[in-house]
Formats: sequence, C-alpha cells, structure tokens
Amino acid sequence: MTDGPMKTTAPDSGLRIRTAVPSKGDSPDVRPSEAEIVCKRVNLAYGENHALHDISMEMEARRVTALIGPSGCGKSTLLRCFNRMNDLIDNVRIWGEIRVGGLDVNAATTDVIEVRRRVGMVFQKSNPFPKSIFENVVYGLRIAGINEKTVLQEACERSLRAAALWDEVKDRLDESGLGLSGGQMQRLCIARAIAVEPEIVLMDEPCSALDPIATLKIEELIYQLKENYTIVIVTHNLQQAARVSDRTALLWLGRLVEYAPTAELFTAPKDKLTEDYITGRFG
Amino acid sequence: MSLRMRLARGDHMIWFTGSALGICLLMIFGLLAIILVNGLGIFWPHAIEQVTTGDGSVLAGEIAQRQAIPNPGHADHLLNHRIQLRTGNRDLYGFDFTWVNESDIVKRERPAGIFFVERSEYGPLVGTPVRIMEGEREIASDSKAAREKLPGLVTKAASDRKAIEAVEKDEIGEVNYEIERLRLEARRLDFRQGREPGLDFAAERAEIQGREQSEQARYAELEAKLVGLLESAAGTRVTFVTVDGQEKELRSLDIYRAYPANELSVFERAGTYVSRLWGFLTDEPREANTEGGIWPAIFGTVMMVFLMSLAVVPLGVLAALYLREYAKQGVLVRTVRVAVNNLAGVPSIVFGVFGLGFFVYFVGGGIDRLFFAEALPTPTYGTGGILWASITLALLTVPVVIVASEEALAAVPRSMREASLAMGATKFQTNLRVVLPAAAPGILTGLILAMARAAGEVAPLMLTGVVKLAPELPVDSFFPFFHLDRKFMHLGFHIYDVGFQSPNVEAAKPMVYTTTVFLLLIVVLLNLTAIQVRNYLREKYRTAAF
Repeated sequence: MTDGPMKTTAPDSGLRIRTAVPSKGDSPDVRPSEAEIVCKRVNLAYGENHALHDISMEMEARRVTALIGPSGCGKSTLLRCFNRMNDLIDNVRIWGEIRVGGLDVNAATTDVIEVRRRVGMVFQKSNPFPKSIFENVVYGLRIAGINEKTVLQEACERSLRAAALWDEVKDRLDESGLGLSGGQMQRLCIARAIAVEPEIVLMDEPCSALDPIATLKIEELIYQLKENYTIVIVTHNLQQAARVSDRTALLWLGRLVEYAPTAELFTAPKDKLTEDYITGRFG
Repeated sequence: MSLRMRLARGDHMIWFTGSALGICLLMIFGLLAIILVNGLGIFWPHAIEQVTTGDGSVLAGEIAQRQAIPNPGHADHLLNHRIQLRTGNRDLYGFDFTWVNESDIVKRERPAGIFFVERSEYGPLVGTPVRIMEGEREIASDSKAAREKLPGLVTKAASDRKAIEAVEKDEIGEVNYEIERLRLEARRLDFRQGREPGLDFAAERAEIQGREQSEQARYAELEAKLVGLLESAAGTRVTFVTVDGQEKELRSLDIYRAYPANELSVFERAGTYVSRLWGFLTDEPREANTEGGIWPAIFGTVMMVFLMSLAVVPLGVLAALYLREYAKQGVLVRTVRVAVNNLAGVPSIVFGVFGLGFFVYFVGGGIDRLFFAEALPTPTYGTGGILWASITLALLTVPVVIVASEEALAAVPRSMREASLAMGATKFQTNLRVVLPAAAPGILTGLILAMARAAGEVAPLMLTGVVKLAPELPVDSFFPFFHLDRKFMHLGFHIYDVGFQSPNVEAAKPMVYTTTVFLLLIVVLLNLTAIQVRNYLREKYRTAAF
C-alpha cells in the first residue's frame, strides 16, 4: 500500500471522469477507489491545546471506517486532517504523517486543492449552496474548469442516482437546493461530494440532524457507496456505527483507544475504556 | 396596584415610544405636504382678476398671495389685508408682481376675453388679443377674430420652433462640431511639425482645408435654410392690449401658451395643468431658470448618480472583500477600518476641494496635456465636468459601501464557505461563486444608502462641474456619445440657484418648491428600484442574513 505510484494519478486538470458512458442502473459505473488512508503518529495542536496525540491507524480502501467517542475527543478534528480543512483555523500545528492514497497530505509540495478534490466531505448540518439543484451538484466540476453542458448533465444524473435522489428531484433540477427536506438536502450534499469522483468520502456526523427514516436512507446509501469509495464516518450514534461500518475506532481525549473490526469491537472489546463507553457507563 | 409598581411595569413607556414615532411621522409628512402643496400648485391656471383702485389705475393678474398688513403699534395691526397680483408685462410696467391694499380697491371684476400668455421673454403677458398681422396683411382685426385664430397660431409656433431647433442644434451643430474637429486636427499637425521639422504635411493640410471649405459651404446652406424658416415663421405677429390700454405686439413664434383665463372649464384647466407639468419635466429652462422646465437638471442628476454607482460599487466591494477575506486580521486592518469609518464623517465640501485639486487640476490637467494638447489653453478634462463630479461623490460614499459590504460578507455563513472549500475550490473561486452572490442583498443595501446620500449632496458638486445653465446634455448623438468632460446641471444645485441667485425672486419662489418635489421623487424612484432588486436577490439567496 505504501509502495508504487498512485494508481489514480490525475492528468492536468487534476480531475478525471472515470465513467465513459452514463449508465441507467442504480450504482454508477465508476472505477472503484484504490485509495486508503494511513496515519502515522499524527499530532495536532490548536495553540496551547494539544488536541490529537500520536494517532496511528490504517483505513482500508473501499471500507467504511467509523470514528466514535465522546464529545470533544477529537474525532472531527482527525477527520478534518484528511482533507486539510484544519488549515482554515488559525494557530493549528500538525505533525506526523498522513497519507491518502499514497499522497502525503501535509507535505509542502502537495497542492491542497488537489487533496480536497480527492477527498470529499459531507458535513453535519447540510449546507447546499443557494443555487439550483443542478448547479449544486455540478459545482465541483465547474470549479475544475469543466463547463460543457452534456458532460455536466451526465455527471449530475449519475451523482443524483448514486445518492438515491434522482427520482425525487429529476423534474425540478432548476429549483433552489434550499427547497428540499432535511434528508434530501443531505443527500444532495452527498451527491455534490461524489460528483467529482473523489477517492475518499469523509462524513462528519451526517445523520445527526435527521429523523430516523432519513437516517435509514443515508445508511443504505453508505452501503452502496462503499462498493466504490473509501468512507470514513464520524458518529455519535453507536448503533449506527455498528450497522454501517467495517472497522471502528474509539477515540478518547485525543488518543486512539482501540481500533478493530466492528463486530469484534462491539462484542469483545479489548480495552476497558471501550467496554465502558459501549455499554454506556459514560460517554 | 401602587403607582410604583405601575411605573416599574413600564406600560406608560409605550406612550412615549408611540409619541416619538408620531412626531417623526408628523414632521416627515408635514414637510412633504408643504412641498407638494406649494410646489405642485403653481401649474394650476387661476382666474385673472381685474382691479380698479381709488386713484383710477387698473391692474389685472392672478392673485398670488393674500396677507394681513402688519402695522405694529397701531390699532389696525393685522386687521386690513392686501393682495399680491401677478400682473406680468414686465416690459411694460417694470415689475411682475405688485401688492394692492384691499381697502384701496374700488372695483373688482373678472373680464371675459382676457388672456394669460406665456412667452419667451419678460415673463408672462396679461392682455386681450386685438389684431393679428401676417407680414403686411391684417388677418384678424378684432378681438373675436383674433381669439379664434390664436390657438392655431400657437400650435404652429410650437412646430416652427421645433423645426428651427432641429436645424440649429442638430444640423448646424454638426457642422460646427466638424469645423472644430478640423481645427484641432490642424493644431495636431502643428505639434507634429514642431516635433519633426523635416517632414512635410502639405498633403494633410490641403485635405483639412478642403474639408473645412466643404463644411463652410454646408454652413452657408444651412444658414440660408434657417433664415428662410425664420422669415416664414416670424412673419405672423399678434397685438395684445393690456387693461390699462397699452399695446404690445408679439411674434407668434415667441408665444408658448395662451389661454382665456376666466373662461376655462375645470376640465380645460386640468388639461392646462397637465400640459404645464409635462412641460416642466421635459423642457429646457428659460429666463434665468425661473421659467421653462428642468429637464437638463433631471438628466444630469440621474446620469451623475449612475456614474457614481458604477464607480463606487467595484471600489467599495473589492475593498471590503480584501479587508474581510484576504487581509490578515491584525492591528493594521483594524486601523484601516477605523480610518474608513471616519472618512464617512468628513464634511462633503472637503471632498469637493479634494476633487477640485486632485481630479480636476492634477489628473485632468495631466490628461489634457497628454491627449488633448491641441485644444489647450481651453481645458477639456482639466476643468469641472460630470466625470470628476461623479468620481468625487463616489469617494464621498465609498465608506458607506465598504461598511455595508463588510457586514454582508461577514454574514455569509461559515458552513457555506467550508462546503465550497471542501470541494477543492480556491479562496477566490469560493468568493466569486458563493460568497459574493450570497452577500449581494447586503451590498445592494450599501448602494442604496450611497445613492441616497449622493443624490442630496450639492457642495462638492459646485466645485467639480455643476453649472447654472448647461448648453448641452452630457449625452448626444455626436461621437463618442458620452461626453464625460461636459459640465452638467443638477437638481439640488438648481434649487439653490433658483432660490438664492435668481433675479426675479417672486417668480422663482414657487419654482424652488416644485424642483424640490421632483428631486425627492427621483431619489425615491432610484431607491425603490434598488430595493426591488435587493428583494429579488434576497428571495434567491434565502440563507443570507440580510
């Protein structure tokens, strides 16, 4: 995993469309991601506050990895390291190695725009742009310089189908993205994220603001997306982690407590802290 | 409940807040009412009273005012009244308006057949038409015949004036423009000759001379045409008799409007009212701005506001964008912000002085030396003009736009920016595609405030390009169509000029109110348009804070 050049090296535009022909089926005909995330002794500090301590873990390609833990333990902070979103905060220092698909995310020579195109993100509170649904989905393509109408329309349909939203909005692509329900807006944000075919999709508590039915729909979506994308999901909801993920990591006060296949972690945790957390004695 | 408890509850404060609002509304509506009544009343065609005083003199005119005569210290203080008559006929009497004590009046009547005539010189004429001559021929020899022919003549006079103006302004104007351009070309050749003495420009000079000659020939042609038009139009003359027996002969070409003031029905008066109102808005001023219309001032005001908006929006928005998004937030940025806020408090005349010194003399002088050297010593851009006035006002209002834009940019939710950045957009792309559109309603608010402020400022304009009477509009049909070096008229300055610099104070008084009405109307219209655009954008970008 750490040898050889990245198989998904991008040409000049920094983005390549992986499908040749738009398909009619539910799952898109994309080339599956080969990218995995490797963390080696990752540390992060906001000014004086040392938020992450020596995190080392490997997240496999085309698997769902869940990050769980109590509030303030650093799950979202770690997630945001993978696409350099912590750069937006002042006084942040990161040391240690993070490799996404073999690419060192924090190297001085790495283009942060390149990183963010390969690593998509879905936020806790859905944040579609105040534009039409179509413009929302193809936003990533437009900023990459792709403006041909047919290409954009194909990509839009493909992403909306992959996000299980196509049937609900196909007749109103020109209406504002803000006119959808909460669950639909979140799926729109997922469609927007996968329209540029990232290697990895990061999800920061994507269902915390949604009702159970919408949550179920998004979890089904994650099952389907797993076939082609590497997914890392941060969640407060232990049942969700148990349902959706392949491997789960428990963080506590900025340290990695335990990282194991989900079934193992939830039935036979090795660390006492994990057991206490899962059974609800604190957290 | 005890008094103390009632006071603690504060229910009585509602009355205070309500009264405060009530007083403000009263003042605003009171102001509007005074302006409207005084301003719009002048177009109504009143009846003409004929008054005979005890000493036998006869006067006639519209009643302009009625006053109680002050006589402090005596028993009849404020008991007697006097009326002010607008007698017109300034060329015959030496005055336009005169006061007559009611106690002196022996007889009052409203004679039929007396006309109120608006003409091109000496203010209105009040009298009865008795004779019409066409050249040497008399075509109406008594009052009745003259009355019948008069409306036809007035209409013909209007179309004649239009034809004459077309020849003068458009055709002869074009020829003059061409001749001036040729003169400047010749001077440009002189300069080149001075710089390159070896070269010979005989061919070019010959060409210029040839063109000049053809233009002179055209001029002679058009002049002859004009003379012909004038002869045919100015041949008809109407004689009026005033109430005291004097006769005055007017060319029909000089008559703008004539109506029998005591014989109009309400419907006809309303028609005259509308016609006068329309004329006020679309005609050019006459008689040192006390008669005619304010069209050039309206045009100048609106064009200046548009130019100012074109200048201030990019300047202000880009400055706000840099301050908010790109500059490192530290002491320097805070100082700049404080300085910008203070700039909003600088008196506007200071901006006028700056505009004069920097834009007009320094920048304008430089432009003249570089591009318009052949026209010197007559300055083109080195003197006040609509361009410099608009830029000066843009500087005046840029703090308002910067502050409003900064607030609008700050109000764009962070989540929207993060969503864009997480997609791999650069900061510039995020600003361009997401942040600025979302902040647009707030930026428009800033623009509305700027326009409202700029439309009302007069002091800086006086130094940078506004004039009492501009011979032409800044926009016409000659290339380059937008003449930003021209001086212009402005409604605010017009009010000042008509009110305080006018040779005929009584006639000018109502004009002040009327011009104010239309200045207010234009400002309200501009603001309403901007508000509509802002509401539309607000609907479109619903997540923006304001």
